[in-house]
Amino acid sequence: MAEEVKLMKGNEAIAHAAIRYGCDGYFGYPITPQSELLETLEDLMPWESTGMVVLQAESEVAAINMVYGGAASGKAVMTSSSSPGVSLKQEGISYIAAAELPALIVNVMRGGPGLGTIQPSQADYFQATKGGGHGDYHLIVLAPATVQEMADFVGLGFDLAFKYRTPAMILADGIVGQMMEKVVLPEPRARRTDAEIAEQCPWAATGRHGRAHRNVVTSLELEPAKMEVNNIRLQETYSRIAASEVRYKEYHTEDAEYLIVAFGTVARISLKAIEDARAAGIKVGLLRPITLWPFPSERLLELSKQVKGILTVELNAGQMIEDVKLATEFNVPVHHFGRMGGIVPNPGEVYDALVKHFPEAIK
Amino acid sequence: MKEEIIIAGFGGQGVLSMGKILAYAGLMDNLEVTWMPSYGPEQRGGTANVTVIVSDEQISSPVLDTYDTAVLLNQQSLDKFENKVKTGGTIIYDPSGIHRAPERTDVKVVVVDAMTAAIEMNNAKTYNMILLGALLKQRGLVSVDAVVKGLKKTLPERHHHLIPLNEQAIKRGMELA
Amino acid sequence: MNSEEIIKNGTIVYQRPRLLDERNTHYCPGCSHGVVHRILAELIDEMGIEDKTVGVAPVGCAVFAYNYIDVDWVEAAHGRAPAVATALSRLNPEDVVFTYQGDGDLAAIGTAETIHAANRGENIVIIFINNAIYGMTGGQMAPTTLLGQKTATTPYGRRADLNGYPVKMSDILATLDGTCYVTRQAVHTPAAVRKAKAAIRKAFENAIAKRGTSVVEIVSTCNSGWKLTPVQSNEWMAKNMFEKYPLGDLKNI
Repeated sequence: MAEEVKLMKGNEAIAHAAIRYGCDGYFGYPITPQSELLETLEDLMPWESTGMVVLQAESEVAAINMVYGGAASGKAVMTSSSSPGVSLKQEGISYIAAAELPALIVNVMRGGPGLGTIQPSQADYFQATKGGGHGDYHLIVLAPATVQEMADFVGLGFDLAFKYRTPAMILADGIVGQMMEKVVLPEPRARRTDAEIAEQCPWAATGRHGRAHRNVVTSLELEPAKMEVNNIRLQETYSRIAASEVRYKEYHTEDAEYLIVAFGTVARISLKAIEDARAAGIKVGLLRPITLWPFPSERLLELSKQVKGILTVELNAGQMIEDVKLATEFNVPVHHFGRMGGIVPNPGEVYDALVKHFPEAIK
Repeated sequence: MKEEIIIAGFGGQGVLSMGKILAYAGLMDNLEVTWMPSYGPEQRGGTANVTVIVSDEQISSPVLDTYDTAVLLNQQSLDKFENKVKTGGTIIYDPSGIHRAPERTDVKVVVVDAMTAAIEMNNAKTYNMILLGALLKQRGLVSVDAVVKGLKKTLPERHHHLIPLNEQAIKRGMELA
Repeated sequence: MNSEEIIKNGTIVYQRPRLLDERNTHYCPGCSHGVVHRILAELIDEMGIEDKTVGVAPVGCAVFAYNYIDVDWVEAAHGRAPAVATALSRLNPEDVVFTYQGDGDLAAIGTAETIHAANRGENIVIIFINNAIYGMTGGQMAPTTLLGQKTATTPYGRRADLNGYPVKMSDILATLDGTCYVTRQAVHTPAAVRKAKAAIRKAFENAIAKRGTSVVEIVSTCNSGWKLTPVQSNEWMAKNMFEKYPLGDLKNI
């Protein structure tokens, strides 16, 4: 076969994909359920092959600030963690967003709040999509549902981050991080040369190397009038992203009378519930947002005029449902079904929730 | 063909690696596979389980309500999963860790004394391969060739000399089932 | 030669370093930062490394260091400069990377980043301005504030039972295998300035030769925070600070 199919965990797929993308540096700190990512990188020793730097930092705080430093010099750098660790990274993420730097952050979510549990969760939806750190900013948030997408979103995340000079996040749940599936890894490509970086990132603090002026990467601007201009520029970037980068997938929506909205692994669990529901005569479809920010609001508004009701299924107390309600302008009833604390619902529970909220669906 | 399997027992019994080898064998036979472990600090002693789906079509949910086949290696796992096997499905269990045998009459129950067989083979680590052999005998799913190829993929090179022993264990399991 | 003759002959004995921008700084008159900035600008020029030097600015009074010295800069979050510098140095190994940090940045909020960057032996230079007070935020207690010293948050003087002890961060850093050079200097006299400059030169040479982490602590004044005149501040520093923070090399290998 032309491309080699491999079997690996989502966390491992991200590590392999990062090396193949030509990632310049990874900085991270171990935390369950994503430690395989750093372990795989250390095992593959990419510094021997591509020259990629891999460093186990002293903390998540240090790791994200290493990402900030690396990104400031125009390099393609990334970090990964799980929920409590991503909370620690929020300071650095805010600085990266404010300084308009490209970077990739991976959050393989576990149940919280607090130290919580190591089992899967999607309870960091608000944190990831509404900002997370201080100030007005957004991340581009990609929600993979398969190990293949874990691999693919590394390249997509970096490409979007560099295109818009903004951090991107892969927001995965513990299941897709720990699960093994078939994956085709991206074609390896060379890391960018210093000359390419100087050309593509004229803002980078690399040392002047003959440049007439100095480059300063900072998020500080004490003059309110200038700081507002900086904010307006950020918001303009977010508008451009929202206009062109919405991604989602639909399943069985053509004739759907009811709609489930779910992301990540939960979308797959819901899909199985939908297969069962259709067998029972309920015409239900699935919209799976791939970008959680920007959110597929326009498509949801269209679908809200077609369906009689919407159920969001999430591994949290109801977070994405707020965006669904805003998007659908209260055209139809929107209900939530979720499990928390690391419990993952099985397809039967999703089916039961659908029937509970829309009893008229069973004719 | 689609087979939804749960393998459950104590951590350290080789539950996860048995599932992994099965998943790799599925890959070798060009099937779709998912391998979803219970993960956590229970790597030794606590309960561990893994859901493996082998299918010739794309797999939607890796999380399941019910299973076609359950390989159950301790009492807790039997208690937890016995009633989640589909009617007409298969339960394979090792009696050495189980004091209450499965009571279902609408499924096929296969007893495999893998612990004794492993001791007879003078290698406790063949335990999970004996059970895998039993599973293959009962359910087909993948070829023994594919399993051997899968072993080559999962085992580090320095352990490749153990492959013949594992192959022997799989065959022993097939005899027992 | 008298001064008139010097001017007439056009002989330059003192001028603004080429890499120090021609603008007023935001530092208080008499502050040690200006002298250390000047030393850095002179050295980077003299060593011919302006094209490959990247500075990492802290949060604190020196937050705007990037406005004064004409090299590339990255402004770090509070305390994180050594982490930022770690990545800059590892990803751009031919660059010369230095951090410029105050006592709050380096010895309080950034203790972990400082110790671990030094322990990894990152090939960076850490310039540590220790003036025993938080200048930027209005004169609060620093980790290096002396016992008995009055600050906005120790208005009756620092007490060990309430506030703990002044931390000797350079002594700690000198114990780490990753550091190759740890020295404590001052810039309160012309002789001290010359010594400090030689120390910072050595630190940069170490980074270029990839010998590990070099730390140059500058025991400094904060006349605004200390509420003393610049001259009184120098006297107070020599009398009180040098006892706790004696000048000289702590490690030089």
